[in-house]
Amino acid sequence: MNGSFEFNWQAALDSIPYLLAGVPYTLLISFGGLAIGFVIGMFFGLLRLSSASWLRWPAIVYIEVFRGTPVLVQVLFIFYGLPQLLGGPIDAITAGIAAIAVNSGAYISEVVRGGVQSIERGQREAGLSLGLSRTQTFRYIIWPQGFRRMIPALGNQGIISIKDTSLFAVIGVGELVRQGQIYIATTFRALEVYLMVALLYLAITLTLSLLLRLLERKGLVGQ
Amino acid sequence: MSEQSNKTPDTDTAPIVRMEKLNKHFGSLHVLKDVDLTVTSGEVVVIIGASGSGKSTLIRCINGLEEYQKGHLEVDGKVLKPDGKSSRELQQVRTEVGMVFQQFNLFPHLSVIDNITLAPTKVRHASRAEATKTAHRLLERVGIADQAEKYPSQLSGGQQQRVALARALAMEPRLMLFDEPTSALDPEMIGEVLDAMRELARDGMTMVIVTHEMNFAREVADRVIYIHKGEIVEQGTPEAVFDAPQNERTQSFLSRVLTH
Ligand SMILES: Nc1ncnc2c1ncn2[C@@H]1O[C@H](COP(=O)(O)OP(=O)(O)OP(=O)(O)O)[C@@H](O)[C@H]1O
Ligand SMILES: [Mg+2]
Repeated sequence: MNGSFEFNWQAALDSIPYLLAGVPYTLLISFGGLAIGFVIGMFFGLLRLSSASWLRWPAIVYIEVFRGTPVLVQVLFIFYGLPQLLGGPIDAITAGIAAIAVNSGAYISEVVRGGVQSIERGQREAGLSLGLSRTQTFRYIIWPQGFRRMIPALGNQGIISIKDTSLFAVIGVGELVRQGQIYIATTFRALEVYLMVALLYLAITLTLSLLLRLLERKGLVGQ
Repeated sequence: MSEQSNKTPDTDTAPIVRMEKLNKHFGSLHVLKDVDLTVTSGEVVVIIGASGSGKSTLIRCINGLEEYQKGHLEVDGKVLKPDGKSSRELQQVRTEVGMVFQQFNLFPHLSVIDNITLAPTKVRHASRAEATKTAHRLLERVGIADQAEKYPSQLSGGQQQRVALARALAMEPRLMLFDEPTSALDPEMIGEVLDAMRELARDGMTMVIVTHEMNFAREVADRVIYIHKGEIVEQGTPEAVFDAPQNERTQSFLSRVLTH
């Protein structure tokens, strides 16, 4: 091969099929984790809003713990630490999904809380004064409006979590970065390969951004 | 005692609202002081008073949007406990008591028709078709039959408030509460909302109205109540209160508001 100061387009292109094999894992871990994270976030976000302090406190503790520790430490804890407790190994993909779930769940809790709190008091009062129960008022009036306001912040969290999965190369999940590292180990084309890795992340996150913008535009109808 | 002084024969015309010695505090602020208020079926009661005197708080106690600390409150035959936040009675009372707010509080994510049919379908379990038919009839009644498919943000303030009125009426309430329904409106739209309320009063609806529209009050009220710093200081027919107020605080309030 030529001197390494030169950018080798051929090497960059050659790496693509190999890197693409990592994309499904990146998507599986990030979207699997985010889906669970959303459920967790709804649960703790609503608990966080409760007027009963014994419901509020567990939510506060959860949010602070998982927002205040690095996702890398979380995944290491789950992958290497938890098996000691459980007495059996956890596979790397499961550990990755779990880490994204608990980590994004903490942030999404706060997004949910903010979204719900942003709805004017009069909306709740109007619902209650019509005879709707508190649950119905939440379900038909508060949540639909709050959710629309959450979309930008949820999208933001989605993009962050997708990028966070790159850290999981350390536990050997065959996602994008890991695929890149393996390829570089045999070809020594770090510049080309990491550029391709970066472009693939960008392709994923830009697609998500675009989808979100479409959603937002649709969600705005009738606001 | 008060039980004897304002007695109403609770045989056939039991009062819809019976409030006795109601006291309400916001922290250290004593907002309602020993308020007695009885509203009988078909009556139109207008509450007037200066800003901050407790008019909104009083009317919001009637459908439990505000808690209170002391006193007795019965609405539509059901006792509302001071802090009965989520009691079943409270929800039942609310299905029978409609409310129109100063800021309309329409649901912005729902079309006009869905705003109106939501509660009848979810609370009264009316069928969709039935609720839609009622909604169209009510929209016609308040003069905006052609706006059914629009969203609240596409309507003028006056139209929004009339939708809010239709939404409350769709539950076929026995009592309607209005908290300054025209205060957020541009002057040219006040008339259309008052017209709709006038018609409602003419049809025999029991109404409790907080308003600064004194001419309207004089015209529709059976009884006018003047509230000052959380106390009812004077009440009577519109003629009595507006033309010959007995209390000097009523006199000074009226001389201020009636000049402009
Ligand atoms: N949620 C609240 N917390 C604390 N104080 C409140 C609250 N709501 C009202 N108050 C206070 O209670 C008093 C009565 O308020 P209220 O809204 O009932 O007056 P109002 O007669 O309706 O006035 P306005 O004509 O301005 O609407 C005021 O001093 C107000 O500042
Ligand atoms: Mg008020």
